Amino acid sequence: MNPAVLIASVYVFALAAFLGYQVISRVPPLLHTPLMSATNAISGISLIGSLVLAGAKGYPLPAHILGCVAVTTATINVVGGFGITDRMLKMFRSRTAPAKKEEK
Amino acid sequence: MSLTSYFMEATYLIASILFILSLKMMSHPDTARRGMFLAEGGMLAAIIGTLIGAHIVTWTWILAGLTIGSIVGAWMAVTVPMTAMPQRTALSHAFGALAAALVGIGEFMVNIGDLGPVKRGALGFEIILGALTTTGSLIAAGKLQGIIQGKPIQFRGQNILNLAVLAALAGCFFYFWFHPEASAVFYSMLGIAFLFGVMLVIPIGSADMPVVMSLLNSYAGLAAAATGFVLGNNVLIIAGTLDGFSGFILSVLMCKAMNRSITNVLFGGFGAAVAGPTAATAGGVMREISIDDAAMQLAFANRVIFVPGYGLATAQAQHAVRELAELLEDRGVTVKYAIHPVAGRMPGHMNVLLAEANVPYSALYEMEQVNPDFPSTDVAVVIGANDVVNPDARDNPKSIIAGMPILEVDRAKSVIVLKRGQGRGFSGLENPLFFKPCTSMLYGDAKTSLSHLAQAVQRV
Repeated sequence: MNPAVLIASVYVFALAAFLGYQVISRVPPLLHTPLMSATNAISGISLIGSLVLAGAKGYPLPAHILGCVAVTTATINVVGGFGITDRMLKMFRSRTAPAKKEEK
Repeated sequence: MSLTSYFMEATYLIASILFILSLKMMSHPDTARRGMFLAEGGMLAAIIGTLIGAHIVTWTWILAGLTIGSIVGAWMAVTVPMTAMPQRTALSHAFGALAAALVGIGEFMVNIGDLGPVKRGALGFEIILGALTTTGSLIAAGKLQGIIQGKPIQFRGQNILNLAVLAALAGCFFYFWFHPEASAVFYSMLGIAFLFGVMLVIPIGSADMPVVMSLLNSYAGLAAAATGFVLGNNVLIIAGTLDGFSGFILSVLMCKAMNRSITNVLFGGFGAAVAGPTAATAGGVMREISIDDAAMQLAFANRVIFVPGYGLATAQAQHAVRELAELLEDRGVTVKYAIHPVAGRMPGHMNVLLAEANVPYSALYEMEQVNPDFPSTDVAVVIGANDVVNPDARDNPKSIIAGMPILEVDRAKSVIVLKRGQGRGFSGLENPLFFKPCTSMLYGDAKTSLSHLAQAVQRV
């Protein structure tokens, strides 16, 4: 690896770690389950690596097949993760809303 | 660099910014949902950028994967009940980690010749973390779902065997690092990492799942970050690191809430061999209470605090407790919910369940906030919680949970414990709270008991 690129990557990693610590320690325990589910969906970003493997120029067929499985699992993670996080966050409300009686 | 590549890099930058913003907006329930829309937009941008800029030539596999994944993912998102959230999350960690591991295998197959020592090291980490998180999360999901027994699975020499496997893993890693052409070693490393994931999680009891879930969350994120190093892709590094650190912070919080170290959780095998010596402290009889008496106590109380535990989730009693609470509030009783950080099977588990039952989050109180309120509370209702209200943790320095911060329900004027039967909780620990004069026990399924209580309160 080109040393300049490597150093840049390490910078990115260190800054992301620092920023992550700052941002995430502010999340209240109330939202820890949605937080875990959301960060998990975000780490489904490995989908973009999977997409390259599944279809990019210069990869042989076995790699495409591996990539296809990876795309599938990563997509499940992204779609399922964001979907369910949204479902959870929708439920958190501050005060008794008028709509509450309907759901019994 | 071509124009499309610049476009792709731009989408990655946008995605990174949106991810960070979305997590920042997670700091308040009012903004959290809008924040997630930003993250979704970022993800979509990154996907479109990749499809346009990454020289895609074969679309079949991509479309197949995207379609199947979207259908399964959407189906899971819509159908999974809130009580099954821990299993769902564990399964999701497994999927994310597997994707990272597969990308790593693909890189090994195609580009291993071009990888320098640093990228090879990152690839090794990616494979190991990805593989062990995959199997570890599957085992965790199995335990949470009840397919695998929740009790710790332990045998003599387990820790030594684990260390041996870990040593073998490290050996493969270094051999692969110096001899990247040895594909047998690479695949052994993969296999051993899969095995190690299983061995890491089987000795851990269900009650420790919040820590394990957080750790696996962290590993899945770090696997994605390692993928970013291998591919030289910054958005992967950023998103993976955010996930990794979020999991790490949660693990530390969960460990603090149990007054235990991470090593102790991983290698201590909590809950297997502890039933004997600590039981001596408790004694006396447990006093049972009838539904009508309990309802009377509640109906004429001024302040009531509900303390939910994992039993609330297993009995699916979150709606029943909210109905009872509303009846009490209509009578002028002040109702609060006290949430221990490790109540349930994952961080924040109880909050989500109660939110599902339409309990406003302003009624949910964290341990530090609510503990001073117990002495002025007339009735504390413990619903399927055990260790998190065990006064031994505070009073008995010999107890194995000594020092664990607890909800001090025993300081309330009276305590009603809803419990399935007379047996011990998951940790197998005797709870002196149940024998205190101020405590009365209400046996039975939590949901049934709560709805009977609600009916009885209406009759009062």
